[in-house]
Amino acid sequence: MSDFIATPFGTLVITVAQALALLVPLLVAVAYLTYGERKVLAAMQMRKGPNVVGPFGLGQPFADAIKMLMKETIIPSGASRALFMMAPMITFGLAMIAWAVIPVNDGWAVADINVGILYLFAISSLGVYGVIIAGWASNSKYAFLGALRSAAQMVSYEVSMGFVIVTVLLCVGSLNLTAIVRAQEHVWFFIPLFPMFIIFFISALAETNRAPFDLPEGESELVAGFFVEYSSLSFGLFFLGEYANMILMSALTTILFLGGWYPPLSIVPFTWVPGPVWFILKICLCLFTFVWVRATFPRYRYDQLMRLGWKVFLPFSLFWLVLTAFVLKLTGWLPA
Amino acid sequence: MIDRMASAMLLRELVSGMALTLKYFFSPKVTLNYPYERGALSPRFKGEHALRRYPNGEERCIACKLCEAVCPAQCIVIESEPREDGSRRTTRYDIDMTKCIYCGLCEEACPVDAIVQGPNLEFSVETREELIYQKDKLLANGDRWEPMLAERLRLDAPYR
Repeated sequence: MSDFIATPFGTLVITVAQALALLVPLLVAVAYLTYGERKVLAAMQMRKGPNVVGPFGLGQPFADAIKMLMKETIIPSGASRALFMMAPMITFGLAMIAWAVIPVNDGWAVADINVGILYLFAISSLGVYGVIIAGWASNSKYAFLGALRSAAQMVSYEVSMGFVIVTVLLCVGSLNLTAIVRAQEHVWFFIPLFPMFIIFFISALAETNRAPFDLPEGESELVAGFFVEYSSLSFGLFFLGEYANMILMSALTTILFLGGWYPPLSIVPFTWVPGPVWFILKICLCLFTFVWVRATFPRYRYDQLMRLGWKVFLPFSLFWLVLTAFVLKLTGWLPA
Repeated sequence: MIDRMASAMLLRELVSGMALTLKYFFSPKVTLNYPYERGALSPRFKGEHALRRYPNGEERCIACKLCEAVCPAQCIVIESEPREDGSRRTTRYDIDMTKCIYCGLCEEACPVDAIVQGPNLEFSVETREELIYQKDKLLANGDRWEPMLAERLRLDAPYR
């Protein structure tokens, strides 16, 4: 067996199996995230939410998926066909490959690379391309406006997000995601770095184009933003990519601030629960908060959004970065 | 000033907003599971039309055409001629349900409580033609809903 794994073909088989073991549950999770979002939103508006398809409406995601696949794929006559079809694939593909470095448990990452966080940051920056190409190739002014908004917004918030990540890296001394989680064995980073945790979470909302920063989609003024012209499977890919990105951002929040696979307290009833379960529970908590925020706050105006990103978050995170560096240096806690 | 800045820094308003939505998350739901649960209807509810009969089976309508005259949407068409026994009866009583605005003036105008609007609100059909009600359809409606129609009229009688 170990001989087989050592061969190039064996490595390929193992890697594909690992990727499938991660991505299949992920796609099911994406399907049920849409269901969960509708249920939570409904509950917060004193409604019941989907409850007809299957017990408690649990069949709803599959009914929606079938409906989506049955629809006709429409390519606008003015659209640039190749780019138009490529954009959703880019968005979806990027949302999937980012998961390669996420450690679900100690050593459970498909690719345990030393520059994991840098890789994630690079991938999430590339996500803008899917959006821009979609908006450009649709040859529609609403899609184009949505794409411009989305690109500007994602770039703006990525800056302060970068500073937050650098702050965490200062405390850890490694770019490896597994090492970042290991550094939180005793105290999760959201306690000493609470303001950065809040900034990171809000930036994650902006980064994934979620309410209250969902201007690129802006139902009331841009119909659906950069993917107005999409239908059927290509729309589905955007949708899946967007929700997979939400889960990715929640996973990143969990890894950076909520102690990854570690239980909240290292005492008996908590340590019985395996690490991946804690990891998933923490992701669910983050996702619930994503939906909770959507149920609570109205959409930002575009200039307010830019002001918040550049005039509040950027100086604030920069200040905290410098402060953290000072404190670490003065107390001698700076990791080697 | 400092107070305001402190509350802005601590995101006080955001947190209180989130607390409110969380409270509603756990509050009882107001959804009616419609086909299985229904809301209460007032006795004055103006639903699908019906032509009523007397208990002996004689139809009430005397073809006075007051309803046709009062109808603001002009959706009622009546033709009449004397029957063999000399009484005046309708030979045609059509209501175009696509035109009707459900104002209830026809039932208020009716001197013999013949045309009434019943409690039925689920009479959707698949073609437009089916919504142009003929006299037999209206009489069948009356036969079908008579107990409820009579109850409605009894409850509303003190206010007429």
